[in-house]
Amino acid sequence: MYGLIDVNNFYVSCERLFDLKLRDRPVVVLSNNDGCVVARSNESRALGIRTGSPVHQVRELIEAHDVAVRSSNYTLYNDLSHRVDELISHYCPDVENYSIDESFMHYNGFQRWDLVDHNQKMVRQIAQWLGLPVCVGLAPTKTLSKVANYWAKKLAVPGGVLQLEDDLPVQQALRHLPVAEVWGVGRRLARHLAAMGIRTAWDLRCADPAHLQERFSVVLARTVRELRGIPCLELEIEPPKKEQLICSRSFADKTNCKETIRSALAYHVARGARSLRRQESRAGRMRVWIQTNRFCERDAQHSPSMTAKFPEPVDCTQRLIAAASTVLDRIHREGYRYKKAGVVFTELADTAQQQASLFGETDTKSVQLMKTIDSVNDRYGKGTLRSATEGFDDKWAMRSEHRSRFYTSRWDQLMRV
Amino acid sequence: MNEVKLFIADLRSVPSMPLCTNRVTAGFPSPAAEYADDKLNLHSFLVKNETATFYARIEGDSMIEAGILPGDVLVVDRSLNASHGSIVIAEVDGETTCKRLETQPRVRLIADNPNYRPIEVRNPEELRIWGVVTGLARNF
Repeated sequence: MYGLIDVNNFYVSCERLFDLKLRDRPVVVLSNNDGCVVARSNESRALGIRTGSPVHQVRELIEAHDVAVRSSNYTLYNDLSHRVDELISHYCPDVENYSIDESFMHYNGFQRWDLVDHNQKMVRQIAQWLGLPVCVGLAPTKTLSKVANYWAKKLAVPGGVLQLEDDLPVQQALRHLPVAEVWGVGRRLARHLAAMGIRTAWDLRCADPAHLQERFSVVLARTVRELRGIPCLELEIEPPKKEQLICSRSFADKTNCKETIRSALAYHVARGARSLRRQESRAGRMRVWIQTNRFCERDAQHSPSMTAKFPEPVDCTQRLIAAASTVLDRIHREGYRYKKAGVVFTELADTAQQQASLFGETDTKSVQLMKTIDSVNDRYGKGTLRSATEGFDDKWAMRSEHRSRFYTSRWDQLMRV
Repeated sequence: MNEVKLFIADLRSVPSMPLCTNRVTAGFPSPAAEYADDKLNLHSFLVKNETATFYARIEGDSMIEAGILPGDVLVVDRSLNASHGSIVIAEVDGETTCKRLETQPRVRLIADNPNYRPIEVRNPEELRIWGVVTGLARNF
């Protein structure tokens, strides 16, 4: 039996835990840079605010209905997400964290258990310990558990848990589900399927998997089988090591100042290098790029990039920043207003498998330095120790004008009582 | 013939160093070595359930007679059930407040400061407790 658990309106729920005044107002949470809506409360959804809408498009609605606006507070959301994961692990031994607010559970060997009762206990415990509302869908396959979760929410099942087949017959659940809502089917695929007469999840279930595999993909065929109750998808416990690492972000304001861009790049390189070290990889190549705003037609466009190749894969922040800095000097041009910068690390090699080369440096001093920096930053917060190039003034940092406090990670930003 | 067993140490799983570190000089171990203990950890003194514990900062002097001063960091455990006499964070009129809970003879929220009047809870079923205060921390 599989279960899909997710937190209802996760970002909004996190905000409402610490700020009681948000509980009886509609709320929206904005993306990085306060660009668009990434989360809404049920009331905001009822007002017609869609996720992904740019803020300026919904400004009128926000003002007219006194909608509370918050910038995303990922530090807070991550903390609460980990706590949810910890709680779930008390109830199920095999858990796959699918995203920041969703997990799959695999109940293997729980045949004699009343899983609905068991999960209702978990729902209550998460509500009490963390103040977060969750729903659980239980079914014989991952795809069906997502369907069950959908109905648990839609039907506002008391207790928050719905099991297919017991609480709701599969046929009924699938007949009333538009095919686009099935896990793995998006709006585009749904359009193609509609042309074939497949409009509901039930239609999809009744289709021939072999035929669909031929026309579309093996993924869709697996989905059909999963809808029929045949598990085809394993739990993914360990995320695969990334084969490339991208770190980038838009600037809050366009800039032509090379030094500002240099410091932004240094920040991204440091972040990426940290991730490399954490997954025990080193990069053989690093591509550095800057770009102007493609959507601003009035602006002159310039989006250059250049790749630095290392004789030996590297994970040392200093060397990477130095390389990025050199590249920046080569590609930057006066007169352009750049909006975004980033780096991509490719040709990743396993640190463990590296052999000292004749011409490379076995730089143990630098390895020690990186370890020390990482452990200080781990304990005292990211950016406690940073390279001078990163700088200490974040002119380019993202806008977060409406962000709530770091309630769980800064002593000076605790909840006040 | 002696068998030699080889072990590979996984240094990542070594717990923090014991309180007494003994440099073994000339092969004479310290008599205190047997009494070495775990390092004292203030975190585990204050936090019993990490997953359900949050911190809050108290404003105001409504609880000074409980030894809670304005600006103190309160350790709040949401997994505990509040009972008569518990110091709690309660939700009152859309705000969080730190008070002592009374359930006998009726449900009230009491300030540990004679300058503050008790809060009568008209509908006890509707009283929302944010969490139970189990400790506090203060720097001088």
